[in-house]
Amino acid sequence: MRKFDLEFAVGIFVLLGILSLGYLSVQLARFEVFEVGYYVIEAKFEKAGGIKRGAGVEIAGVEIGRVREVSLQNYEALVAMSIRRDVKIQEDAIASIKTKGIIGEKYIQITPGGSERLIAEGGKIRETESALDLEELLSKYIFGTL
Amino acid sequence: MEKLIRKIGSKAIFIIRMAGHMFIFLVKSICYIFIPPFKLKLLLKQIHFIGNKSLLVIVLIGTFTGMVLALQLFYTLRKFGSEAMLGPAIALSLIRELGPVLTALTVTGRAGSAITAEIGIMRISEQIDALTAMALNPLRYLVVPNIVAALIAFPLLTAIFNVIGIFGGYLVGVELLGLSAGTYFSQMKQYLDIVDIEIGLYKSISFGLIVSWISCYKGYYTSYGAEGVSKSTTEAVVLSSVLILIWDYFIGAIYL
Repeated sequence: MRKFDLEFAVGIFVLLGILSLGYLSVQLARFEVFEVGYYVIEAKFEKAGGIKRGAGVEIAGVEIGRVREVSLQNYEALVAMSIRRDVKIQEDAIASIKTKGIIGEKYIQITPGGSERLIAEGGKIRETESALDLEELLSKYIFGTL
Repeated sequence: MEKLIRKIGSKAIFIIRMAGHMFIFLVKSICYIFIPPFKLKLLLKQIHFIGNKSLLVIVLIGTFTGMVLALQLFYTLRKFGSEAMLGPAIALSLIRELGPVLTALTVTGRAGSAITAEIGIMRISEQIDALTAMALNPLRYLVVPNIVAALIAFPLLTAIFNVIGIFGGYLVGVELLGLSAGTYFSQMKQYLDIVDIEIGLYKSISFGLIVSWISCYKGYYTSYGAEGVSKSTTEAVVLSSVLILIWDYFIGAIYL
């Protein structure tokens, strides 16, 4: 009976610990064990200022995916995004880099298009809009070229 | 003058030799982890001792750490008008820093000291010599179960600490200070990355190794008499705590 007690107690402890770890990583950090529910599309930006892996991708303010990877291709930023499978994106959709608030984090906003043709897995959004460069804008304003 | 220099020199040599001795002890013990026969029953007992019995104190400390963090960070963040960041601030500081460190320090005080005292008393009552005389390897019976149990129990305790701390922060931030529950958790999800959790995990595992290593070493090579054991126990706790904080800085600096 004593032996059973010990094993049971340790089992409870280990289970509790693993549950907590699972809660932290899956629920809070959104560790994607199976990325079945997502497909990847790409977009090329002139400037990807502030976009990092894990940044949100939104349509109409609703998060539909995350940024998977940011890399350089032909001196332009190539951003790969995983998008939820149930969200279809038209060929003429526009991807733009936006900021939440003035000093908030950067995210990618997709404005849906009107085309019948959809972007398939690995496809590319052609219309993009780079991040608004606040400093550049400010300097333009100050030096009067705006 | 000559005496002083001689003293400093011999002290330095003593410290270096001690470090070497400790390291050899660690390497030997780690080797025995992988050499059968394994003492699973002893391992289970040690997990129970380090893990289960620390649970209550971890829950208590976790709750209050989360609550205090919420209180203090709320005060600070309000000055910048960004109370919405309370959730991620609590979660990040808990998961990356406070969870592993506070858990390790607590368990050092609770279990590490007990391990040192236990092994130390076995040494001075010559039970370790008896084990050796019976051709049983004392490292395998006394040290290895402690190290493996700590490696298993520390990350789990830390994870429990983190979750409880986050909900403790929720209690104060949302129920007391009137933040919305949605903001608290959704902002947390926005800013928390899997990397943060990995760092917490690395930290807690290495702390487990440090604490069990130092505690076992200090007990294993205790000096004789009741005084010797008490001295070893104190040294084990102090050295473990200091090493935890130093190591914590280095891991933090590497994975910034």
